Amino acid sequence: MAEEELPSGKADIDARFTELYKTHLRDVYSYSYYRVGNHHDAEDLTEQTFLQAYRHFERALREANGRPLRPWLIRIAHNLAANFYRDRSRKPESGIEDADMISAPHTTESLVEGREQLKAILDGVEQLPDDRREALIMRFALGMDNREIARALGRTDGATKVLLHRAIRQLEGIVSDPVAEPEEPRPEPAPDPEEARR
Amino acid sequence: MSSGAADFEALLRQALAPVDPPADLAHRLESTLVSLTELAQEELDAWELSAMRDPRNWVRPLAAAVVGASAGTALVVLRVRARHRARKQRSKNPIELVERTFQDAVEEARRILRRR
Repeated sequence: MAEEELPSGKADIDARFTELYKTHLRDVYSYSYYRVGNHHDAEDLTEQTFLQAYRHFERALREANGRPLRPWLIRIAHNLAANFYRDRSRKPESGIEDADMISAPHTTESLVEGREQLKAILDGVEQLPDDRREALIMRFALGMDNREIARALGRTDGATKVLLHRAIRQLEGIVSDPVAEPEEPRPEPAPDPEEARR
Repeated sequence: MSSGAADFEALLRQALAPVDPPADLAHRLESTLVSLTELAQEELDAWELSAMRDPRNWVRPLAAAVVGASAGTALVVLRVRARHRARKQRSKNPIELVERTFQDAVEEARRILRRR
């Protein structure tokens, strides 16, 4: 990838940040919403993410070396969400608050069936271990590829592929048999220390 | 990938559809970001209007320009902005407010530079 030109002054940095903000507001909000489970806290988290990002934007641009900044942005939201739970000593809310309002197929029969199926999936996502849930949110809500997810989570591409595969298999198990005992978690590949420093 | 797995992933994509942020969040965030980027310049302009006639004060805007060009600008602005209300209450007039703001910014910049 060709190296992106670094901004030359404050106005340039601000313009680049505005562009980043406009491009990824929906990503950050979607991620926050699926992490915290309600719009009120998702708004707070989104706002904090962009303020934090603004503080460190210039350095991030330098260190990104032309790579996309979305994983960096989502990593900020990820860290803030972790602090959010730690500070307030609470867990993600059970169920997404608008799960009953999910858009569904149009025929009458499939409307009910489809809605229930999607709600079961969302409930299943909530039961997954944190790292698996986050990987699924990044892949399916934000459309991030393995490499981007790996950068956001501080893992290798290979470890991320395994993580996603296990997350989907576990979720399928939960959805097909919701009353079964949860699977004993297998150790996920350790985060990549090189990525974690970025 | 089997068709069952593909179907399940399609459902997952549907369940985890992107969520649009509320319009008021976008407006609020934009105005916060605009304030952050304009604040330093606005206060500096006010300072210049009131004090640039006296050469003894030139060093201050010069220091502000140096601070403004450093990587810590955003941090300085965020912290200085957080104390804006307190400064306003303590100031008798706009010129005094500008002076207090400037002193606060310089002290904050020094604190940040000391830590680097």
